[in-house]
Amino acid sequence: MSRNFDILFAGFGGQGVLFSGKIAAYAGLYDDKNITWLPSYGPEMRGGTANCSVCISDEPIGSPCVVSPTAFVALNLPSFQKFKDSVKTGGTMIADSSLIPEKCDRTDINIFYVPAAKLAAENGLDGLSNIILLGKLFKETGFCTRESLDKALIHCVPKSKQHLLEPNKRALQLGMDC
Amino acid sequence: MEDKFLMKGNEALAEAAIQAGCRHFFGYPITPQTELAAYMAKKMPKVGGTYLQAESELAAANMVLGAAGAGVRAMTSSSSPGISLKSEAISYMAGSDIPALIVNVQRGGPGLGGIQPSQSDYWQATRATGHGDFQILVFAPASVQEMVDLVGLAFDKGDEYRMPAMILADGMLGQMMEPVKFPEKSEQHLPDKPWACCGHQNKRKHNVLNSLFLSPSELENLIIERYKRYDIIKEKEQRWDEYMLDDADIVLVAYGASARVSHTAVDMAREQGIKAGLLRPITLWPYPNKAFEKLKDTAKAFISVEMSMGQMVDDVRLAVECRKPVYFTGRTGGKIPNPNEVLKKITEVEGTL
Repeated sequence: MSRNFDILFAGFGGQGVLFSGKIAAYAGLYDDKNITWLPSYGPEMRGGTANCSVCISDEPIGSPCVVSPTAFVALNLPSFQKFKDSVKTGGTMIADSSLIPEKCDRTDINIFYVPAAKLAAENGLDGLSNIILLGKLFKETGFCTRESLDKALIHCVPKSKQHLLEPNKRALQLGMDC
Repeated sequence: MEDKFLMKGNEALAEAAIQAGCRHFFGYPITPQTELAAYMAKKMPKVGGTYLQAESELAAANMVLGAAGAGVRAMTSSSSPGISLKSEAISYMAGSDIPALIVNVQRGGPGLGGIQPSQSDYWQATRATGHGDFQILVFAPASVQEMVDLVGLAFDKGDEYRMPAMILADGMLGQMMEPVKFPEKSEQHLPDKPWACCGHQNKRKHNVLNSLFLSPSELENLIIERYKRYDIIKEKEQRWDEYMLDDADIVLVAYGASARVSHTAVDMAREQGIKAGLLRPITLWPYPNKAFEKLKDTAKAFISVEMSMGQMVDDVRLAVECRKPVYFTGRTGGKIPNPNEVLKKITEVEGTL
């Protein structure tokens, strides 16, 4: 991977945009990288568009606001439309095609369409489309090591919700198999 | 706790305060600072401390005055509009020589403004956090780790000089997560406060903390004495950080979130062959004038980068003593400047050299 890896996760509030960003950030942390995780906050967290910038770098990180992402994970149509042109040339975009009916015509980036919400529903993983997309992001970019990603997932699922760890692990694997 | 973990700036401020021996927090919720108060509400009862959500910011700040006057480490936190409400009590604390910590996680103003990050309370923090002739110590962290480091320092320096200290952060730093490490826990020896109004069991003369002096000469003398202390602080407590300044033609001056953006802009400028560097004030009062001593001769131009319409730029001009041109660039109202915008200003200034 390149020295700096900037990820933008964007979707509706409640889709787990911040949570998947947090797992990515912890994965980078466990790889001994410098990390920043910056959420959008305020009214958009409650149903509006939410996004989350994660920077993973070998160098100290300046601005934590991701303006031109190396990788962009789009969880809804408005976010897809808003940010698709900002992805760095040579970068990667992962889009949930079950919620985003449009296609992007850029040829200078790698685009992957994953029907994540549909896959989640079919596999009894309701609400975990964000983790499926994170699995796909890992597969296509290798932004962290597998070991750190697994460790990050375990760390981020709260102790009081341990019954959700197994479905999260399955969702991550499902994304990697897409 | 694990060795390395991520923490939000607001939570890190709260944990650092507890580790610095603060056991009295008085607050009132306001975005984007609320996580700090929430963390305190959860943690304070577990460490034998007091978390109290007051009925208003005014009440919270005056509770800090009372608690700190009794000699304990006390603090409050808020965001811009809330700090305006607390400013009366801060003036009273300064007038009674009471140390306490005030955290301002700035958002856009004036008035209720917005809830997105801003640095438009620079003048308020460094010039007039309330009425009267006084200063408070102002520390400006630029990372979550530095938030941790500066909280302890702010408490210590406040105690040492008997004055209120402020952490001037912003919504971006408060909300973002970065890796943090807390200092090794050592046995804490908080300084003695023989001036505190904490009960004396008739073993000494009672202490009085007061900011009312009806005799003008008495008040004048008191203020003159206090300003002598301010002179010592200006001499001893200036803090700043330097990045790529050794050969810099264009010096960006920025603190907090703007410094993070400027750091990236400096890297981008260097890639284009422009000799840019960053001077990052860590103390905003005292302002790090010493950092400019060499630079005002070696550098060719200065650019103050802020999330305001340009407030600190005045202090940069004063520090540079008009020897070199001083420019401003920034965004306001809750907008964070983009490194490309700062780079544009750098290339513009480069063109004038």
